[in-house]
Amino acid sequence: MSPRIKVLRKVSNPPVIKGFKPYGPESGKQNLEFVNLLYEEYEALRLSDYNILNHHQASVMMGVSRPTFTRIYASALHKIAKAFVEGRQISIEGGKVYFDSDWYHCKKCGCYFNNPEKEKPVANCPLCGSQRVDKFDYDNTYEDITDKHCEDLCTCPNCGFEQKHQYGQPCSKQICPQCQSLMKRKGSPNCKKIKNQ
Amino acid sequence: MKIAITSTGNTLESTLDQRFGRCAYFVVYDTESKAMEFIPNPNKDAEEGAGPASVQLVASRNVNKIISGDFGMKIKPILDSLKIQMIILKEPKKKIKEIIETLNH
Repeated sequence: MSPRIKVLRKVSNPPVIKGFKPYGPESGKQNLEFVNLLYEEYEALRLSDYNILNHHQASVMMGVSRPTFTRIYASALHKIAKAFVEGRQISIEGGKVYFDSDWYHCKKCGCYFNNPEKEKPVANCPLCGSQRVDKFDYDNTYEDITDKHCEDLCTCPNCGFEQKHQYGQPCSKQICPQCQSLMKRKGSPNCKKIKNQ
Repeated sequence: MKIAITSTGNTLESTLDQRFGRCAYFVVYDTESKAMEFIPNPNKDAEEGAGPASVQLVASRNVNKIISGDFGMKIKPILDSLKIQMIILKEPKKKIKEIIETLNH
């Protein structure tokens, strides 16, 4: 049996450096392998020991369960300790993560936008330049705004059954309720026909 | 600065496409030279993975912002790590001409 798929971990900022090197006369003499610290482990260490959050608060920030967070954190400490004791280099890369940024809403033109440069605060709307921008809770309200606008259809190549495409659910993984075969995304020319009707 | 806008057609009168990965055309607008480029989207009829393929196409033009009606959940983390700003505009009737006018505010 294949293992259960890992949940994507949310990392707010990538680390400023790519890793650490040991120094001193003994360093670099033995050609040891790197210790690969994953992004999620770096983030766990940052939240727990730099921002001084407890494991429960930190797990919410990363979008994982509290026990998972503790496991990531323990793995981070183990890797860092290994690098220190054995004099290895640490490279920070990889991991099952996504980088999250804050979302904003402009009251003048009604657009939503994110801020990829997290260091700079948002003052103006990137579209109309208005200063009436608000912070926007993307995760909680996003479902409603996407549901209304997805006009795509999943269609069954076998019996021709159609249903509304669900946001984030690949059509090729949907099962036709009538004939139990896998469905497909309806072709775009047909899609337009449906919109015009 | 270059801005990509998803469009339903290849004229200024076309409207904003509400989808990113499967939009008909990308309009790449340069705010400094006011130059415009219409790129037909090869992933329009793709069954799967249209979003990431479209991101690659747009990112190869060095855009800083993308205006569209929506971004799928596969695209959001990619654009975040590429530091491309996403602008969601929920107005399907808005014309490309009008969007470019608001950009020049």
